[in-house]
Order: sequence, then C-alpha cells, then structure tokens
Amino acid sequence: MKKIFVLSVIVAFVVSCGGNSSSENTTGETPKSMVEQPTTYDPKRGEGKFDESNVKIGALDAAMATKGESISGTKCTSCHKLTDEKLVGPGWKGVTTRRTPHWIMNFITNPDPMINKDPEVQAQLEICLVRMPNQSLVDEDARNIVEFMRKNDGVK
Amino acid sequence: MNRIKNIALCFTAIAITLGINGCKPKNTATASSGDATKAYVAPGKYDEFYNFVSGGFSGQMSVYGLPSGRLFRYIPVFSVDPEKGWGYNEETKPMLNTSHGFVPWDDLHHIELSQTKGEQNGKWAFANANNTPRLARIDLKTFRTAEIIELPNSGGNHSSPFGTENSEYIVAGTRFSVPSDADNGDVPINSYKKNFKGHLSFVSIAPETGEMKIAFQLRTPGVNFDLARAGKGKSHGWFFFSCYNTEQASTLLEVNASQKDKDFIMAVNWKKAEEYIKAGKGTKTAVKYAHNVFNEATQTATSKIENEVLVLDIKDFKDICYFIPCPKSPHGCDVDPTGEYIVGSGKLAALIPVFSYDKLQKAITDKTFDGDYEGIPVIKYEAALYGEVKKPGLGPLHTEFDGKGNAYTSFFVSSEIVKWNIKDLKVLDRAPTFYSVGHLCIPGGNTVKPWGKYLIAYNKITKDRYLPTGPELTQSAQLFDISGDKMQMILDFPTIGEPHYAQAAPADLIRNNGQLKIYKIADNIHPYKTNGEAEAKVVREGNKVHVYMTSIRSHFAPDNIEGIKLGDEVYFHVTNLEQDWDVPHGFAIKGANNAELLIMPGETCTLKWVPDRVGMFPMYCTDFCSALHQEMQGYVRVSPAGSSVPITFSLGKPVPEIK
Repeated sequence: MKKIFVLSVIVAFVVSCGGNSSSENTTGETPKSMVEQPTTYDPKRGEGKFDESNVKIGALDAAMATKGESISGTKCTSCHKLTDEKLVGPGWKGVTTRRTPHWIMNFITNPDPMINKDPEVQAQLEICLVRMPNQSLVDEDARNIVEFMRKNDGVK
Repeated sequence: MNRIKNIALCFTAIAITLGINGCKPKNTATASSGDATKAYVAPGKYDEFYNFVSGGFSGQMSVYGLPSGRLFRYIPVFSVDPEKGWGYNEETKPMLNTSHGFVPWDDLHHIELSQTKGEQNGKWAFANANNTPRLARIDLKTFRTAEIIELPNSGGNHSSPFGTENSEYIVAGTRFSVPSDADNGDVPINSYKKNFKGHLSFVSIAPETGEMKIAFQLRTPGVNFDLARAGKGKSHGWFFFSCYNTEQASTLLEVNASQKDKDFIMAVNWKKAEEYIKAGKGTKTAVKYAHNVFNEATQTATSKIENEVLVLDIKDFKDICYFIPCPKSPHGCDVDPTGEYIVGSGKLAALIPVFSYDKLQKAITDKTFDGDYEGIPVIKYEAALYGEVKKPGLGPLHTEFDGKGNAYTSFFVSSEIVKWNIKDLKVLDRAPTFYSVGHLCIPGGNTVKPWGKYLIAYNKITKDRYLPTGPELTQSAQLFDISGDKMQMILDFPTIGEPHYAQAAPADLIRNNGQLKIYKIADNIHPYKTNGEAEAKVVREGNKVHVYMTSIRSHFAPDNIEGIKLGDEVYFHVTNLEQDWDVPHGFAIKGANNAELLIMPGETCTLKWVPDRVGMFPMYCTDFCSALHQEMQGYVRVSPAGSSVPITFSLGKPVPEIK
C-alpha cells in the first residue's frame, strides 16, 4: 500500500513536470526499432509487394535473364556466387527451387523487415553474420534477377 | 566531523530535492531562466528546426537541431575536413582552388537560406569566405557544398552572403577597400583616398540549378562594408549596406575609423543597376577568379578561372546609390518583415536609429540631401529617420524580428538581448547573455515570415560557463523561448569554431525537400567508376597506376595488389557498391600523406598515394560497416623501381600462387 502511494507520487511528479513537452517538440514520426516481433508474417510469401497474383513465370525469357545478370554484377555478385558455395551470403545455385519467385522478389527489394521476421532468414544470419543490404532494386530489376537465377538453375 | 558531513549532505540532498520539485531553477547566472524541459527532445524524436550555424575561423558550417541544441553534422565549406575527405580526395580538391591556388583554411561568417517571395524555400544555404573572398552554395538535399565562386576586386568578403527576396542575387561586399585588380596595387598604403575602391558584387542565382554567376559589381568610394540586407515587400528592389571607416583610414582603425559621429548605410537601387547592365552600361574589367562546381553525376569538382567582370562605377550613375547617415560605425543593417523599417546598429552607439523606407523614397524624390560623399548624395539624417530607440544598451550589433511587431537586438558591450517594439520604439524586455553576444537568430527572422518561437544568441566568450579545457575554450549559443512577453533562456550549448551569424528553418521544410539518401549507382558517371566486382582491375599507365576498386560489406575488390614500384603514383578509385542509406565505407592505406577516403553508397572517391619505400602496405575500411568490418582489409606489395614484378590483383585467391 505504501509502495503504491510512493509510486503514484512519482508518476504525478513526472507528468506535471515533463509530460507536455514531448508531444509539442515532435515534428516527425518515431524511427522504428530494428528488431520487430513477428505478427502475421507469412514465411511462404515473405513481406513486400509481390505475391502469386503479380509475379508470373513461364518459359525462360533470355533477354530478361541477361538484364538480370548485368544488374546483379553491380549489386549482388560481390557477395553471392552462382554456385552453391557461400561467399558473404549463400550461393545462388538452386535458390529458385527452394523459394518461390515472389518470395525472392520480396526479399531482395525489402530485406530488413524479412530479416527481422523470417525464421529461416534469421537462421541464415547466424551463419553469415552480415545482414543482406537493401540495394535499392526497382521492381523490374528484381524480376530480371529472378529470371537470371532461373537460368542459373537450368530453366529453359 | 563525520556527523557534520552527514548533516551537510542531508541539507544538500534536501536543497537538490527542492530544486527539482520547483521545476524552474531560479538563478539565471548558473542555469536557465526558463523551463529547461522546453529544450528537451526525447530520444528518437525529431527537433522542430534546423539551425545552420557559421563556424567562424574553422571555415565550416555546422547543423544543429532546435530546441535540443544537438549537433547533427558539420558541413565542410572553405576548409579541408579529414572526417569527410573534403579537400583531400581528388574529387573535391578543385573546390578549394582560387586564383591564388589551393587555400585549405578560410573564415566563414554568415549564412543565408534561399528564399521565394521573401520566405525560406529549403533549397540552399549560402556562406561567405571572409579572408580569400568567396561565396559558397550548399545543397540542402545533400548537405554538401555544391559550388564556390571567388570574388575579384575584393579584400575580405564580410558584407555577404545576404540575398534578395527570391534569391535573385546574393551580395558580396568587400570589407577592405583595395586598389582594383586591374589597377597597379603597388602604391603607397597612405594613398588610400586616391587609389582604394570598394566593390559590391551582385551574384545571380539560377532559379532551378542554383548556379552562381557574378552578374555585376558596383564600384564605390573606398570605405569598409560590414553587413547588408535586401529590401522586401515594398522595398524589394533595394539593398542596404552598412559602411564604416568613412574616415578612409588605413592604420589604427580602432581609433582612426571612429572619428566621425556618423558613418553610413548605403541604399542601393539594384533594379536600377540591373537596368544599366541590361542597357550595356557595364564596363568589362579584366580580373582573375576561380569558379568551382561539384558535378553530382561525375561526382567530381572542376575549377575554372574566369577573366572578366562587368563593373558599374556608382559615381557615373546618379540614381543607383544614396548614403544615409548612421551613428558610430554601423554593423547590423536589418529590414523588418514589412520592408518598411531599416534598423541600423552602430557598434559604438548608445541608441538604435530606425529608418523609414517611405521617408527615404520621399527624401530622394525631394532631394533632401546633406551634400555628397565622393559624389554620392547623402540623405539628411532626419529626412530618412523614423525614430530612435533611446538607451537600449551599449554596442548594438544585429537585429532580427518575431513577426509580431517586435525587434530583438544583440548588444556586445552590455552583453544582452533587448526586445523592443518597432512601432513605438519602446524597450519591452532585456535578457543577459553569457557572454558578449555577437549575432542572434530567430528562425526566419530575416524573412517576411518569422517563426517567433525561439531566439538564439551566438556568444563570443564562454569563460566560466563550461568545464575548462585549457587555454582554448568553446564558444556558445544560448536558446531563448520568446513565445511569451518575457525572454526565457532554456538552453546553453557549445558550438564549432566561433559562431557569427546563423539561420534556422522549420525541420519539415528541409527534411521533406527530397533529401538524397544514396547516390544511385546507375547514375554515377565518374570516369573511374567500377560497376561491379567483375570490372575491378589495376591498370598501369607509365608511372601512374589506377586501381578500380569496389567496396561492399565487408570486402574490397581487389584486396591483394602486387607490381607497384617505388616512384609510382597510385590512384585508388573506390566505388561503394552499397545502395542502402547510411552505409558508407572508408578506405585507408599505411603511409598515405593524403589522408583517407569516406565513400557514400553509390559514390566513387579517389585517393592519391605515393609509396615512399619498398615493402608491404596494409589497407582497410575505416568506417564500421558490419560485424565483419574488422575483416575488411587487404595488402599492397611495393617493389623497387625497375623491379620485374608484374601488376597482379585478386580477391579470394592467393597471388602469386602457393608453391
């Protein structure tokens, strides 16, 4: 009982002296914490703007794969080999058989939330110890990279 | 003894408790006069204003948040900066070039934020170099210096970088009058009256790109120009410059330039000057000045020497300039938000004269003159005067406005800020500063739309305000809450270098202006860019060796280089392949006489390295980039001159092969 009384005095003190200043001094949103708790995360789809409805694949598009190879030369292959050998991150061989195309596109365009939420990606982080950077890929780049990964996996 | 100590301790504890419970510390000399919690910005919350503060003799500009006083960045402008590689990497060295060659350290005094219709627009900040006269433009999307232009015919660019209400022009008035560059400067110093001239540069600003150009210069009688302000609203089209040393002394100015009871504010009809220039009346004058531009696409600066400037001698054009007498060596010369009142601040005066734009116009029309000064009409003091603020304090320096009809003037000698009403010229409040305030700033306080919530005093002396740090002490800024009738000091914070003038703008105006987060690697057209590790290479061209290197978390490509020989000049062109915000990489190599690199995502920077001995040279990343940052390293082998070791480079495999 005594403890509760002391606590309430402290609370009243804090509110009266500093309570109104924080809201009036804020012009922007609060930056989000790096670590987020998983909520409604779907590990099959990942998190981002892509799903089965907006990513369609068929026979290999050689022109797209060539574009994908070019962009990955600048933005990806410093860290990923085309074999199954790990460099900084895992090798790309077989990635299109392990992951859906839209999961890959979500991950490479929106890595930070997925690194924070996806159990398999978190397990991978424990091995690699480097968070995959956001390389500011536009949607078309991401789609072309998937096509190059498919080519790398032997899709015709 | 112990008991006495305990009792004393108890009293102290009680005193502290009472102090905290009171919420407002009462002692102005030791703490704040107002509610210090108003300056508190909680962790993770943003400030309300950006404050761009001159770094004085550091030559740099610093950026603080208000009301917290937190330092966010300091922007290298006129001095080299080892933290950012400014003036050290090959790309930025040309920015510090002048007609005198490379100048590594200058003196930055004043800030001007760009405007549209008299209001801040959040695009650029301008700054002056006071020693080797120059003007700089800082891009507020990148917080980097984008352009620097040198000012010919000048000596000490102090009366700068003040601008017109659409930033049509930023002015640069010379502090020292000197013989014109084209004239023979090899004359006796005591021939000042005959040979020395003042020049006021009007530098035009391209509305979209911000590119600076010296549109014209006005040649004036030889005096010292101090500060200036453009007219606004009804007085748009006019500029007002404070002048001292109308005695035309060249020695012991402390005494000899303080002889006359009144010096001048020079009123300039710049629209009229513009007409004369358009009509071809300007005289092409041979000069030499550097114009340096940083190209964001090539990420490289170029320095071009220009050879000509257009000059109008004001004695040949009777309707451009007029002198208004102003008491005692005026410093500040400030125009209120309506554009009607011009406040002069004679730094040795004990009153503040306020001039009326309407009365000035009438005096010009009616020719209510009091003779002339070297052929320029001098307006009768009373004919332009609206009134005087009587006994405001000692040594008024500079005035800004709150947009509610009040003016705030800094007083260096009496070390205080004085609030007074513009209409009735009555003093309303005064607050001490610690110590010896120079300029002051109200966010937007020089524009038609001030945010009259805070005032910041920039002090020259701190003495006992902070923990001692040997003979050299920090300068300081003091933040006042001016939202009520009385000014209340709520924060005291140290500054970088000596803060002369500063300006502040709402945080949203700057942070929503299209802030650049990364350099897009696809848009990088640096001639030595490496577009991915497959293109990383080492190329020998005679004794020059170009290393096309990439960096990404957490390795360089290549990271083993052999075949460098003594006598080579090695250029490391490092491209940061990262495309995420806030992931710079550093680059350092042992024995580099030319510092290091710091490379932003998508950027290419070049370090020149001339090895001085045969041996093995480690290189590594200096900016903590990932958990494997400490692994981001490599080796360069240096062989004797004439060695037959070929150029080889690699990543991830031994070179030469293991036996």
